[in-house]
Amino acid sequence: MTTITRRDWMGVLARSAPARLAHLLGATPQHSILRNPEIGAVMVRGRAGATGAPFNLGEMTVTRCTLQLEDGLIGHAYVQGRDKAHAIRAAIVDAQMQGPDANDIFARIVSPLLLDENVRKAAIASKAAATKVEFFTMVRGVD
Amino acid sequence: MNIQPISGGFSDAPRQSATAFRSVLEVMSRPGKTAVLSGAKPPAPLSIAAGTAILTLADSNTPVHLAGVFDCDALRQWITFHTGAPLVPADEADLAIGHWHDLEPLDRFRIGSPEYPDRSSTLIVELHDWPQENARLTGPGIKTKTLAFVPGNRPTDFPLGLDLIMTMGERISALPRSTEVEFL
Amino acid sequence: MYVAVKGGERAIENAHAWLAKERRGDPDVPELSTAQIREQMALAVNRVMAEGSLYDPDLAALAIKQARGDLIEAIFLIRAYRTTLPRLMASTPVDTAVMAVTRRISATFKDAPGGQILGPTFDYTHRLLDFALLAEGEVPPAPTALTGPAQDMPHILSFLDRDGLIERAAPSDEIPPDLTRAPLELPADRALRLQALTRGDEGFVLGLAYSTQRGYGRNHAFVGELRIGTCPVEVDIPELGFAVEIGEIELTECETVNQFTGSKSQPPQFTRGYGLTFGQTERKAISMALVDRALRWRELGEDFTGAPAQDEEFVLSHCDNIQATGFLEHIKLPHYVDFQAELELIRSVRAAAFASREAAE
Repeated sequence: MTTITRRDWMGVLARSAPARLAHLLGATPQHSILRNPEIGAVMVRGRAGATGAPFNLGEMTVTRCTLQLEDGLIGHAYVQGRDKAHAIRAAIVDAQMQGPDANDIFARIVSPLLLDENVRKAAIASKAAATKVEFFTMVRGVD
Repeated sequence: MNIQPISGGFSDAPRQSATAFRSVLEVMSRPGKTAVLSGAKPPAPLSIAAGTAILTLADSNTPVHLAGVFDCDALRQWITFHTGAPLVPADEADLAIGHWHDLEPLDRFRIGSPEYPDRSSTLIVELHDWPQENARLTGPGIKTKTLAFVPGNRPTDFPLGLDLIMTMGERISALPRSTEVEFL
Repeated sequence: MYVAVKGGERAIENAHAWLAKERRGDPDVPELSTAQIREQMALAVNRVMAEGSLYDPDLAALAIKQARGDLIEAIFLIRAYRTTLPRLMASTPVDTAVMAVTRRISATFKDAPGGQILGPTFDYTHRLLDFALLAEGEVPPAPTALTGPAQDMPHILSFLDRDGLIERAAPSDEIPPDLTRAPLELPADRALRLQALTRGDEGFVLGLAYSTQRGYGRNHAFVGELRIGTCPVEVDIPELGFAVEIGEIELTECETVNQFTGSKSQPPQFTRGYGLTFGQTERKAISMALVDRALRWRELGEDFTGAPAQDEEFVLSHCDNIQATGFLEHIKLPHYVDFQAELELIRSVRAAAFASREAAE
């Protein structure tokens, strides 16, 4: 039994590489489109001084899509970038993850994507770790 | 999730919204003229014309106010899903939808400021039927004068004021703030 | 008075065709792919994203290719494209404390908790041309080191914050103004200034920041922390009723620590300037933080010394390179009729001047 929340699997799908998700999903199951894949922008906000009042940093491209599988399950996708087919696949997996095959879909698609993500993050972290500095105090200036 | 709130949007948004925008522009430019406006299939009690106008005019930067019977779950969800428009009280609205008596008193709505007359509300007035002409209209977009139905007095202080869109079924007409109304 | 002129269609078409040919360059040299630009000209891509105000590395690479490497032209293309996109929603403010950092340094705190990470930096290179790059070749893999379990990277300045030695950046959830949607109104609040600076021209913001260091609105800045890495972007999805991550973006964040002797309204403590930019764009982020701090003179009760970097109207009206280049470059387009009118005016004034001189003689 998986304990992943919908919020988490939608995040994993959004961050996944389009080609990788396409490979893992294979043939797209039958579905009907409720909202056509649409490319738009999300205004990304930051906070002044990292923790203060919000400000508008700039936009990013995003593609969204809503569809329904033949068994009635509805899937939504909001994925970074402009790849409509990727948004459709993400919405399909979102719908499937709400159905009776969730465990199977998790094992076949979501779990490998999570693994990819961890491998990618670990590779970056280990390169960063190799550039970690220890500064030694040689001489402290006298007043 | 209930499917109803997410059905009934445009099937071909670029084309349908452009066509609808042209119709809204046309009736706004020619006060008193009516046009057919369709494409959306909104949940009750919203008319097809009003639903199409909302899909065309509203987005996440267009605060919408729902008055009276239109402030219901089905419509809230439908508008949120299709447009992302925030639903707000009357005094913050760019667009408001309601029957005339639910929209009143109209001085709740913003009429813009001298620097920014555009920061005003557009009211979509849903009509139960399309009554007889009760007013004589003159002003921009009208060659001499024309007769039309006007639901009531609206605050005007040109260039400030409210713009009205009247809808019923698939029918739409408009009354911009620039039109002079003389009730018969 | 502007009068339209007609004609020149054929010349314009031919000029565009030649431009396309020049863009491609010598056909014996292999064509650049946008993927190559994205991967190997990444810092140019980052600048185009930051100032184009649209995070999409593929589009930025395309714009650079189309603009023949003219980055301001590329930014122009991105700005034009972004106006065609429907704005679906705004994100919840990104939390840079959870950034997966590739670089994190502090000029002020030697023993920063979490450590100093240099990352892939030009710092400490000798700025000697590497002629080996004239030949194509494989690059050895970057060294790696063991990492402990993933840990949060607290902001270094938060430690000073705890002791009350530095001003607080109090959280708020106000909806910020958006200068891409509403005309600029002055005085602008800090949120609007930060938006203008983050999309402002790197050269302009750098020049202003440098001017503060040289004494024009001096504010004694040090980099308290500079961090680069990826942050998740989260959006509230109205139809779902909860927030979802829609992707990850690379950001550069700079917090400066500035000396502050206190004023009528504030006790002596350190103050801060803030820079946050798309991509790996640290020169820009540091510059932004310095100019942000200079513009804060009013809220900190400091004196306005007349320095350009303190003048909000001057900075905000001139930092956008697309506005600037649009207005600047338009004077090269046909203005024959205006100029003709000026010529007539000068001729008549000269004639009058000669006539009165002759009359005097």
